[in-house]
Amino acid sequence: MTAGPARNEIHLLERELELELEAAQPRIPRLKLRRPVAFVLLVALILVAWEGAKLLGGTPWHAPGAGPGAPVIWNPPFRWTFANDLNLPHVWNIAYAMGQPFQRGADETLLQYLVFAALYTWREAALGFLLGSLLGLGLATFFVHSRLAERAFVPYVIASQTVPIIALAPLIVFAMGQGVLAVVVIATYLTFFPVTIAMLRGLRSFDPRALELLRSYGASRSGVYTKLRLPASVPYLFTALKIAATASIVGAIIGEDTGAIQQGLGRVITTFNQYYATGPEKLWAAIFIAALLGVTFFLIVRLTEIVALRNRQSIDA
Amino acid sequence: MAGSADSAPIVHISGVDKVFAGREGGRTTALSAIDLDIRPGEFVSLIGPSGCGKSTLLRVIGDLVQPTRGSVQVNGKSAEQARRDRDYGMVFQAPVLFDWRSVEDNVKLPLEILGKDKAWRAKRAKEMLELVELGEFTKHMPYQLSGGMQQRVAIARALSFEPRILLMDEPFGALDEMTRERMNDEVLRIWGQTGTTVVFVTHSIPEAVYLSSRVVVMSARPGRITRVVDIDLPRPRSDASRETPRYFELITEVREALRAGGGDVDDAGTPSAARTLAEGAVG
Repeated sequence: MTAGPARNEIHLLERELELELEAAQPRIPRLKLRRPVAFVLLVALILVAWEGAKLLGGTPWHAPGAGPGAPVIWNPPFRWTFANDLNLPHVWNIAYAMGQPFQRGADETLLQYLVFAALYTWREAALGFLLGSLLGLGLATFFVHSRLAERAFVPYVIASQTVPIIALAPLIVFAMGQGVLAVVVIATYLTFFPVTIAMLRGLRSFDPRALELLRSYGASRSGVYTKLRLPASVPYLFTALKIAATASIVGAIIGEDTGAIQQGLGRVITTFNQYYATGPEKLWAAIFIAALLGVTFFLIVRLTEIVALRNRQSIDA
Repeated sequence: MAGSADSAPIVHISGVDKVFAGREGGRTTALSAIDLDIRPGEFVSLIGPSGCGKSTLLRVIGDLVQPTRGSVQVNGKSAEQARRDRDYGMVFQAPVLFDWRSVEDNVKLPLEILGKDKAWRAKRAKEMLELVELGEFTKHMPYQLSGGMQQRVAIARALSFEPRILLMDEPFGALDEMTRERMNDEVLRIWGQTGTTVVFVTHSIPEAVYLSSRVVVMSARPGRITRVVDIDLPRPRSDASRETPRYFELITEVREALRAGGGDVDDAGTPSAARTLAEGAVG
C-alpha cells in the first residue's frame, strides 16, 4: 500500500504537471494563416481563369479605359461568345470603371457611389438581420417549450421558405407600402428561418445531466432557459447568424428592387442591368461590391463568434 | 462521526417500487419493495451489480425520478418539497461542469438560482473551492483542469448552498485508482467538516467499505435491498484503516452479501456498462 507522504508527493507531482501543461497552452490563440492564404490563392486562381479565357477567346485587347478605336495590344486566337468584352469584361476594366464617375458628369466615382449604396443596403439588411434573429430565437424558444406548438407550426416555418422570395416580395411591398419598412421585412423573412431551425437544436443541445442538476437546485423553467439552454445554444446561434447575415443582404437587395427604393445596391443593380450593353463593367462592379458586402457582414459575425466563444472548449465526460 | 442509531431518520423510504415502461409494452421493475432509513450525518453507500437500480434509488431520493409506489420522506417532507427547499446536492459520475463558465462561476451557479446576492456568492465560491483545495484555480476554465480537479469543482458546487443531503452517483467511477483513493479521503474530510448526510452510489466494494457508516447491498431483477452491512471501522479513517483485518472482513462480508444476491461486482470497482444501462432506464 502506498504510504501517506509518498502519495502526497504524487499529488504534488500531478499538480505540477497540470500547471505546466496549462502554462504550455497559449493564452492568445495563434492567428491561423492557412485559411486566409487559401482564400487569396482561390481569388488569384479565379482571376487567372477569367483572364485566361479572355486571352484565348476574348475580344481583341485594348489598354484599360481605351475606346474601341485604340490600338489592339493582343488578338486572341479564338472568338468565344462567353469571353467577349460584353459578357466577361476585363478585370482591369472593371477596376478602371470603379475609379471613373458613375455616370456622365457625376462628381462621385463608381466606387464611392457603390460603397454608399452598399452602406445604405447594409442598414436595411442589418435591421432585418436583427429582427429576423430575434424572431427566430423567439419562435425556437416557444417551440422547445411546447411540443404541440412545434408540431403545429414548424411545417409552416419550413413551407414559408419554399415560396420564392421574388414572388413574395411584391406582396410584402403592396401590404407595407413602398419604403424601407418593406425592405426590412423582406430581409427579416429570409433571416428568421436559419435562426429558428438552428436554435430548435441549439436550445436542446445541453447535457441532460445538467438539467437534472438544475432540477435538483429547484430551478424554474426560466432559470433552466437562461442558465442552461441559452448559453449551451450559443455555438448553434452563431452558425445560424453567419447564414442569416448573407441572407439578409440578399433579402435587402431584392426588397430594394421590388420596393422601388431609390438608393441601395438593389436599385443600382437594376439600373446597371438596364444599361448593361453600354457599360457591362458597372454591373460587374456592383456585383463585386454586393458580394464584398455579404462577405464583410459574414466576417463581422464570425469575429464576434470568435470573441464570444474564445473561452469555450468542450469537456468530454 | 455518523449519527447515532436512535436519532430520527433524515430520509425515510418505505415500500418504494419503480417500474419503467419498456419500449414494446414490456415493463422493467427497477426497484421493488425498498425500505430504508438514513440517519442525519450518516454516510450510506448503495452497492450492487449492474441494473440493480442503485442509481434509480438515488434519483428517487432526490426527486429526479418518481416512484411508482411507496413514499420517500425527507426531514418529514415529501422528496419534492425537499428538492424545492434545496435539501439536495447532486454529484454525478461526470463532473457536468458548464464549459462556458469559469471554475468559480460553476460553483456560483446554484447560488444564482437560489437568488443569493453577489457578494455572498463570491465569498461562498471562494470558501468552497478552498475546501476542495482548488483555491488557486478559481479563474480557470473547466477544460484546463484534470478529471479529478473537475470532480472536486462539482463537489464544491454541490456543497455551495449547504444542502442537508449530498447525493453522489458513482462520483469517482471515471477516475484512476490513485486519484480515486485521494478523492475518497477528500470526501471523508469534507463530510467530517460539514456534517452533511451522504448517499453514495458505487461499484467498488473497497470504496464503499472505506467511506461508509453503512453499506446497502442491492441485487438486480428486480432491484431490491438484500442486506445492510454496518461498517464499524473506527474514524477518522486513513490508509492504515485499509490494512486492518476488520477492513478485509467487512469487504468479504459485503462481497458475500453481493454473491448471495446473485450479483457479480468488480472488486477493483471499475465502472462497467451498468452506468449506461441505469441512465438509459432513467432517460
